Amino acid sequence: MELERLTYLGVLLFIFLGSAWLEIALRTRVLRRWKRLLLALAIPFTLFVIWDVWAIATGHWSFDPDRTVGVELFGVIPVEELIFFVVVPLASILSLEAVRSVKGWPLGDEAPTEVQGGDAR
Amino acid sequence: MTYTQIGIAVVIVAIVTDVLILRTRLVTRRGFWVAYAIVVFFQLLTNGVLTRLQVFRYSDSMIVGYQPDAGPPPFIGSGRIVYQPFEDLLMGFALCLLAMALWVYWGRRGVQREPMSGPPIWRTWAARRRSSGSSGGTASTSAAGADPGGPGDREPTA
Repeated sequence: MELERLTYLGVLLFIFLGSAWLEIALRTRVLRRWKRLLLALAIPFTLFVIWDVWAIATGHWSFDPDRTVGVELFGVIPVEELIFFVVVPLASILSLEAVRSVKGWPLGDEAPTEVQGGDAR
Repeated sequence: MTYTQIGIAVVIVAIVTDVLILRTRLVTRRGFWVAYAIVVFFQLLTNGVLTRLQVFRYSDSMIVGYQPDAGPPPFIGSGRIVYQPFEDLLMGFALCLLAMALWVYWGRRGVQREPMSGPPIWRTWAARRRSSGSSGGTASTSAAGADPGGPGDREPTA
């Protein structure tokens, strides 16, 4: 297999490695919280893969057979696309937690503070 | 429906999901927009490489711009930004907002809310260096001083 066929896969690897280091350096703890991660990824993955399959079948876009590995699912969708819809949302969640790690800005999922308990008054 | 129309529709669906359905309201939070700025920079970079090399080819009738028969598409212009159709930015925004909103949603529901992210490892290193240089204190006191009131390094709960 020519090296050129790894083009798309190589870019996906770059996206993964380019975001996964945040897990260690910024302690994002996203991969460690894998159950929550799977719950977050399941719906976007399903929706966007359905859209992708339909768009390829309808002729909205196509892929260069010389720059993909050539493994296709459901007869149309390159395996790289399935990896894309995992790696890219993962990178976005890692970025979100990286910003929180550095800046400490709240995102709305913080534990309720105990001050609101009542007997403090 | 064209890619342009669907792209606009999925952005609206993602925002409605964030604001009204999940009520995570990430689009009102500074942290989301800073994270998205990082994401879109890398999208322009990586997707720009793939579209310049024509790993992806788009149907002329489905995007605002055109798809050249030979050679790379324009860097900018004809509905393209860094070689990619601007519609890709709509898709990317919707995909990332949806994933991030669901991540925050499940955390708010109590699914692995802890351990929270942070602090960056260099802050721990800096604090450790400071405390060992000043008083030669133990590791436990330096760790406590490194992150006062912040998320603990090891949370006992899952």
